[in-house]
Amino acid sequence: MTTFPWLTTLMVVPLVGSIVVALLPKARTLLAKQIALVVSVATLVLTVLMALQFVGDSVEPFQFVESHPWIPAFGISYSVGVDGIGLVLVALAATLVPIVVLAGWNDVDDSRGSVKGYFALILVLETLMIGVFAATDVFLFYVFFEVMLVPVYFMIGRYGGAQRSYAAVKFLLYSLVGGLFMLASLIGLYVVSAQMTGTGTFDFLTLAGLNIDEGVQKMLFLGFFFAFAVKAPLWPFHTWLPDAAAESKAGTSVLLLGVLDKVGTFGMIRYCLPIFPAASNFYAPVVIGMALIGIFYGAFVALSQNDMKRLFAYSSMSHFGFITLGIFVFTSVGQSGSVVYMVAHGLSTAALFLTAGFLMSRYHGSSQISDYAGVNKTAPVLAGFFMIAALSSLALPGMVSFIGEFLVLLGAFERYMWVGALATLGIVITAAYVLRLYQRTMTGPLKPELEGMPDLRGREITALVPIAVLTIVLGLFPAPLLNVINPAVDRVMTSIGATDPAPTVTGAALEQPGLPAEGTEQ
Amino acid sequence: MSALATAVVSETETLFTAPGINYYAIAPILIIFGAAVVSVLVEAFVPRRARRPVQLVIVIGSVLAALAVVIDLRGTRLITGEGALAIDGPTLIMQGTLLIIALLAAFLMAERSIDPLGDAFAPRASALPGSEDEQEFTKRGYLQTEIWPFFLLALTGMLAFPAANDLLMMFVALEVMSLPLYLLAGMARRRRLLSQEAALKYFVLGAFSSAFFLYGVAMLYGFSGSVSLVAIADTLTAKPSEATLVAVGMAMLLVGLLFKVAAVPFHQWTPDVYQGAPTPITGFMAATVKIAAFGALLRVLYVGLGGMRWDWEPILWIIAALTMLVGSIIAITQTDIKRMLAYSSIAQAGFILIGVLAVSPAGLASALFYLIAYAFTTIGAFAVISMVRDASGEATHLSKWAGLSKKSPLVAAIFSLFMLALAGIPLTSGFVGKFGVFTAAIASGATWLVIIGVVASVIAAFFYVRVIVIMYFSDPTPDTASVVVPSAFTTIALAAAATVTIVLGIFPQPVIELVNQAGVFIR
Repeated sequence: MTTFPWLTTLMVVPLVGSIVVALLPKARTLLAKQIALVVSVATLVLTVLMALQFVGDSVEPFQFVESHPWIPAFGISYSVGVDGIGLVLVALAATLVPIVVLAGWNDVDDSRGSVKGYFALILVLETLMIGVFAATDVFLFYVFFEVMLVPVYFMIGRYGGAQRSYAAVKFLLYSLVGGLFMLASLIGLYVVSAQMTGTGTFDFLTLAGLNIDEGVQKMLFLGFFFAFAVKAPLWPFHTWLPDAAAESKAGTSVLLLGVLDKVGTFGMIRYCLPIFPAASNFYAPVVIGMALIGIFYGAFVALSQNDMKRLFAYSSMSHFGFITLGIFVFTSVGQSGSVVYMVAHGLSTAALFLTAGFLMSRYHGSSQISDYAGVNKTAPVLAGFFMIAALSSLALPGMVSFIGEFLVLLGAFERYMWVGALATLGIVITAAYVLRLYQRTMTGPLKPELEGMPDLRGREITALVPIAVLTIVLGLFPAPLLNVINPAVDRVMTSIGATDPAPTVTGAALEQPGLPAEGTEQ
Repeated sequence: MSALATAVVSETETLFTAPGINYYAIAPILIIFGAAVVSVLVEAFVPRRARRPVQLVIVIGSVLAALAVVIDLRGTRLITGEGALAIDGPTLIMQGTLLIIALLAAFLMAERSIDPLGDAFAPRASALPGSEDEQEFTKRGYLQTEIWPFFLLALTGMLAFPAANDLLMMFVALEVMSLPLYLLAGMARRRRLLSQEAALKYFVLGAFSSAFFLYGVAMLYGFSGSVSLVAIADTLTAKPSEATLVAVGMAMLLVGLLFKVAAVPFHQWTPDVYQGAPTPITGFMAATVKIAAFGALLRVLYVGLGGMRWDWEPILWIIAALTMLVGSIIAITQTDIKRMLAYSSIAQAGFILIGVLAVSPAGLASALFYLIAYAFTTIGAFAVISMVRDASGEATHLSKWAGLSKKSPLVAAIFSLFMLALAGIPLTSGFVGKFGVFTAAIASGATWLVIIGVVASVIAAFFYVRVIVIMYFSDPTPDTASVVVPSAFTTIALAAAATVTIVLGIFPQPVIELVNQAGVFIR
């Protein structure tokens, strides 16, 4: 069983499913949806089976490794494998896709693009998402990174809202700009590796083992980091995100913000740090500054939004600030926290967008907060799930997002106390905009126009329950997550030559400011 | 007395030594040229009705035969015809690609099902546009079969152009290639005035650039006493002090060649000609002239003027940067798909120049790969354009492509593939090509040029993607064109182009090996 090509299988299954769905006759929309659901659930089952065989404290950096030469002329190979970080993100992608399929069951009709096309695109995207987290060849990673844009572009542009075409093109161009600068760095890296080892390679472990000249590192780092900062997105490269999120279908937004944007933060921890350790150290203050600005900028703008989807987008931007902060404080606690936060954010974003999507589908698709009030009177179950999603987003203790946020702040305090203290303030604003959103839409007197709004139906509840369960279970019992993540993070820490600050110095300081701040927000 | 006699005799002997020609090595050129001659005779002696099938047999047969010889010649490295022609790896690769592209182009030219009036060419190019004569010819269903001898003659020139190892041969090849193309550009069945204007513009500017080329040849001859590239290179090493004459000659030579590859600032003809020429000819020209001219440019720079590298490198550096940027930026403003692809082809020439500027075997190989990838994608794109029509002929205005994906999902998907390939998105041939030239250039230290290339790629992506936006994200309007179902000719050409675009994107290794093994130019 050890030689079974798990990761390739995970990529092939949705791809085949997508082709089958795409080849169906146009009229067979129900069958297309059913096939998409079955295929995505099957992929999830396979992912779980694979994850069960993952050895938490293995000495190997990557597991389920496969490697075949692809373009030997350029030292490119098809190499996949996952460490703990990759594994949890693959699992996140595999979990969210069936949920999105189920939740988006009636989202598209034949008016614009074909129904089967939407579901085929989701499945292609699943293949690419798994590939991007599983690639251990930097070139292969880049290919997935870029090709991923194409299905998302079509998902936004064909099935989105009124401004969909604008949003899709903006998304594509921003990402392409980032991607092409990464390409330039990637080629530079290849040439450097050819000069240092004699034969050029894109193998991640080989590249991470090279001791590249610091000046060169600083140049190459920029290309990679820029691409990831656009993808994540960090302030000031974020302006595509609100448009893309606002014009997409809820399901597209979930995959876009929940999984795709994680490629940015994943890229930082997987590629920027180990391959360019010296440059990462050099640029860390700038990146931390950008992360802090992002936390507050995103939160403040979210506070002033009247459009739910835009609010979620800005809120995500604020959360990406936290994730990036955790990565670049170079403490194992902070980095583990970042990875947990990536998963948590995926789940909470999914919950928010899907619940909001269900709400919107009940009132002309309006995403304006001011159009809703007192929804909990007529649709209590919907309001309940909205509450869970909101609390998960503001990182209530007991939710998995709390673990992530807490660890990130802890890590930040360990390294730079003031950064940690400042970032903690961001939580307060998060609480403010999330609770305000809930208060304005769900509580208060029911708007007359909303009279008789139906509550969630079975399919919708089925889609939301797994997210809620995962959010709470992992929040109360995060050990399985952390056991997998920690060894991978330790390896990253070793590769950048960073050590955690001695606990005696900051140990007393971090308990006090960290916890009350968490406490005050409820 | 006897001494004088011997001197005379020996002089006569040297004068009359038969030039050593390896006929098999130049057989591809000879086959196509022979076929062109036969094709002219067919026009003279075969009855009108039978001409088209006969011509098609000659064209397809001769191209296939030449291709077979090229394949058989693989590995050959020799100079023949008293130093006039060099048959080496790069030559053979370019000849092979040219022949395959020519075959696809011939299929497009032979297409008769798309236009209800006949094929893409005017029934009589000599008839005045809109005249009664013209209507009469159209009604009788005349087809202009003279296109085939022109096509074969142009191909002869193209095959000889990258092989030419002396400047005189190169000039002859240049003219043999260009003159028929000027004529073909003016033969469109629809919008004849536009087409004739294109032909005239192409001819005047082309003749002008040829004159520059010839003047450059004269200068270089004045410097080295020879037109042979090798002799020029040797003289450069022997007496580098007289470099001014060479510099002037070189500059003029480059003007002629850069005109043909459509590099900025010698690109002005491109949009008009691409727009006016009959679409199959545009596709043929866009793909093949680029290959042939880059072949000649590479040989001139690498073999003949290698010693002047420090003089031409900065100039070409600037030209490459300008070509990429100007081509990409102006393409954004275009509303006609053929003009847009014309500017796109200008930008692509800039990317290929990056490979040329690497001045290394890797640079040569990457430029060759790029040319192959570009040629197939381009001819495919023009094949699609020839199929998208409304009542007045081809619907080249972009607004008429709105919502095309609803009317014809498959064609829209294939055209999107070509656009993504030209934009250089991974898993298409265009990406591997770009990756190759960028890698070669960075390895040679041309990092800044690559960064400019990256910026230009981003700009270029905008207009390639815009076509996809129009086809997929806009709703169809009453003006939206429809896609005409073509005969097997166009279908085969289109399928081949799409297949190559994908295969070279996913499994490029065999072709990369091929261009790497082609090695360097023989000298």
